[in-house]
Amino acid sequence: MSIRIDGDKCVGCLKCVDVCPGTLISEKSGKAYMKYPDLCWGCVSCVKECNVGAIKFFLGADIGGRGSSLNVKKDGDILHWNIEKYDGTKITVDVNSKNSNKY
Amino acid sequence: MKLETKKINTDVLIIGGGTAGCYAALTLSEKSSLSVLIAEKANIKRSGCLAAGVNAINAYIVKGRKPEDYVEYATNDANEIVRYDLLLSAAKRFNSCTKKMEDLGLVILKDENGDYVARGNRNIKINGENFKPILAKAVDNAKNVDVLNFVNITDLLVKNGRVYGAAGFSIRENTAYVIYANAVLIATGGASGLYKPNNPGFSKHKMWYPPFNTGAGYAMGLRAGAEMTTFEMRFVALRCKDTIAPTGTIAQGVGAKQINSKGEIYETKYGLTTSERVYGTVEENQLGNGPCYLKTSGITGDKDDSLLKAYLNMAPSQTLKWIESGKSPSEQDVEICGTEPYIVGGHTASGFWVDTNRKTTVKGLYAAGDVAGGCPQKYVTGALAEGEIAAESIIKDYKSNEKIEFNIPKYEKYFENNSSPFTVSELEEAMQKVMDEYAGGISVNYRFNEKQLDLAKEKIEHIISLSNDLRTSDMHELMFIFELKERLCVCLALIAHLKARKETRWHTFNENLSYPEENADFKCYINSVMKNGEINTFKVPLIKEEYYEHKN
Repeated sequence: MSIRIDGDKCVGCLKCVDVCPGTLISEKSGKAYMKYPDLCWGCVSCVKECNVGAIKFFLGADIGGRGSSLNVKKDGDILHWNIEKYDGTKITVDVNSKNSNKY
Repeated sequence: MKLETKKINTDVLIIGGGTAGCYAALTLSEKSSLSVLIAEKANIKRSGCLAAGVNAINAYIVKGRKPEDYVEYATNDANEIVRYDLLLSAAKRFNSCTKKMEDLGLVILKDENGDYVARGNRNIKINGENFKPILAKAVDNAKNVDVLNFVNITDLLVKNGRVYGAAGFSIRENTAYVIYANAVLIATGGASGLYKPNNPGFSKHKMWYPPFNTGAGYAMGLRAGAEMTTFEMRFVALRCKDTIAPTGTIAQGVGAKQINSKGEIYETKYGLTTSERVYGTVEENQLGNGPCYLKTSGITGDKDDSLLKAYLNMAPSQTLKWIESGKSPSEQDVEICGTEPYIVGGHTASGFWVDTNRKTTVKGLYAAGDVAGGCPQKYVTGALAEGEIAAESIIKDYKSNEKIEFNIPKYEKYFENNSSPFTVSELEEAMQKVMDEYAGGISVNYRFNEKQLDLAKEKIEHIISLSNDLRTSDMHELMFIFELKERLCVCLALIAHLKARKETRWHTFNENLSYPEENADFKCYINSVMKNGEINTFKVPLIKEEYYEHKN
C-alpha cells in the first residue's frame, strides 16, 4: 500500500512534499516523487492536496491489492473519491464534508 | 558534515504539533501573552494520529451521563490500573473541548433539537476527515504562536532535575537547533513499530497507529530521568485484517458482532473489555475456529453506503478494499485480527508519570496526549483536554529559568561513522523480530515468559550498541537513525515493565506465562526511572483521590 505520482501530470507545486506526515515525498527536477514507497502509512493526505490528480493511492499486493487506484477531486464541500479498478471500471463515491458520518 | 547551529529563545516550547500540542498552543495563545513555539518533525497540517481523519468523538459525556461514569468505564476496562484524578479532570473537559472544535469548524451530527447525536453511551458522530487541518489552521492564526515544521527534537536540555529547553535538527537543512524555554510541553505521541507489524513486507507501515510516532517523547523523558508509568499495559487493537483499519464504526456504529468461521458469536464468551475482545479472537484462532469476523453481511444498503463514506473519512484503504473486492460490507463479513502491540497513552495507561496538572517529575516539563500516562481511553478529546490542562498549569507556574548554556548533541558523528555493518532498516527489522518473538508479539499470540524477557533485554541491548555506529549522508535519514534509537530505548523500558508486573492482569496486553493469574499484590502502578542506561522499576500504590501532586 502506497502512492504513485504521475510525473507527467505533476505541476511541481510540491504541496504533497510539505504535507506528508512521514516526510516521505521528495522533489526531483521540479517534480514530486515518492522517495520511500514502502514507508507510506496510507493516510492519503498527499492525494487530497493534489489539485491536478497526479497522485494515486493503491493497496499493495501483500494486503490484498488487486491493482485498483484511488484519488480524490475536491469540488467545494464535496470530495469526489474516484476509484479506478484494474479492469478499467470507474466508481465514484461522493462525500459531503459538511455532513457527519451516520455511524 | 558541519552543521550550522541556530539558537532560539521562547517562553514555552511545545514538542510535537499533533492534537494535544496544537490545542495547548491555542490555549496558551488565548489565556496568556507568553511566546509559544511548536517544534514538529513533519508539518502540523496533517501530522500525528489524525492525518487521515477520525471517525467519531469516542470520549464524550452524552446526555444523562456524567464525567464520573466515564471514569468508571475506563477504570473497569483497565482492570483498576488508572489514575482517578487524571481521568476525572480530562472527562470534565471532554465536552467543552468538543464545543471549541465545533466552533473552529468541526462538523458534528445534531438531531432536530440541535443536540449532538450519540453513538452509544460515550460517543458522538462527526465528520472528522479535516479535524487536524482545522486545528492547524487555528494554530496558524493564533497570536504569539510560531511553528517550526520539519525540525526533529531529540533531547531535552536538563540540569539538576529541571528542563531548560530542547535540542534537535532540521530534516531539510544542515542545521542543528538549541531551543531555550522556561517551560516545555512534551506532546510527541506514543510508539509504534516496536514489534514486527501485521504486514511486514511492502505494506509494513500499513499499521493502525502512525508509523511516524516512534516514542520520541518517552525516550527523551527516560534519558532525562523522568518517571514513567504502566508501559507494560501494551495496547493491542482489534482491527480489520490487512488494512488494519479501526473496527469501532462497524462494531458500535452498525452493531456488528464478532463471529468465528462457524458463524458463532464468540465475543460474549471471553468478555467485552478492549483487551478481552482481542484475547477472544486470538483464542478462537488457536482453537481452529478462525478466521474471525465482524458480521456485516446482511446489513441494509443504506448502512453499506454510510460505511464506505465513513471509512473514506478515516481509513480510506478499507473503502478501497471493499470496492476493489467487488463486494460491499453487506455482502461479506470483515475479517479481523489483533495488531502488533503499541505503547500509547491515549488508549492504555502508558506514559509519563504526571500530576493532576500534567506536570512530569522533571521541573518545568509537562506532558499531554498519548505521551502522558495514567489516563487510558482519553482518545482525541482527552488529548485536547490534557493540552488545555497543561497549558493552564504552564501559565500558572510560569517563571524564568536562569541562563545555562547547553552543547548540541553529537549529530555530526553519524555522518562520520564509517564502520557500521548494518543499515537503519536492518536494525529496525532485528529489533522488531526480537520483540515479536521474545516480548509477546503477534507470532507468539502476545505471550511471553520471564526467560524470554531476559533474552529480549540482552538482544535489544546488543542492537542498541550496533545503532551507535550507524551512518547517514543526509539530515532526513539522520532522523531515521534517531527514530530507531528512540524505539530501542522504549523497548528496554517496556521489557523492564513487562518483567516487573509478575501477574497477568490484562489478557493480550500483558499475557505473562510465568505468572498466568491476576495477583492482588499487583493492584498498583509499575513506575520506572532510567539511570545510567538501566531501567529501574518500582511499585506505586493506586491513587484514588481527585488531586495528586508530586512529592519532590
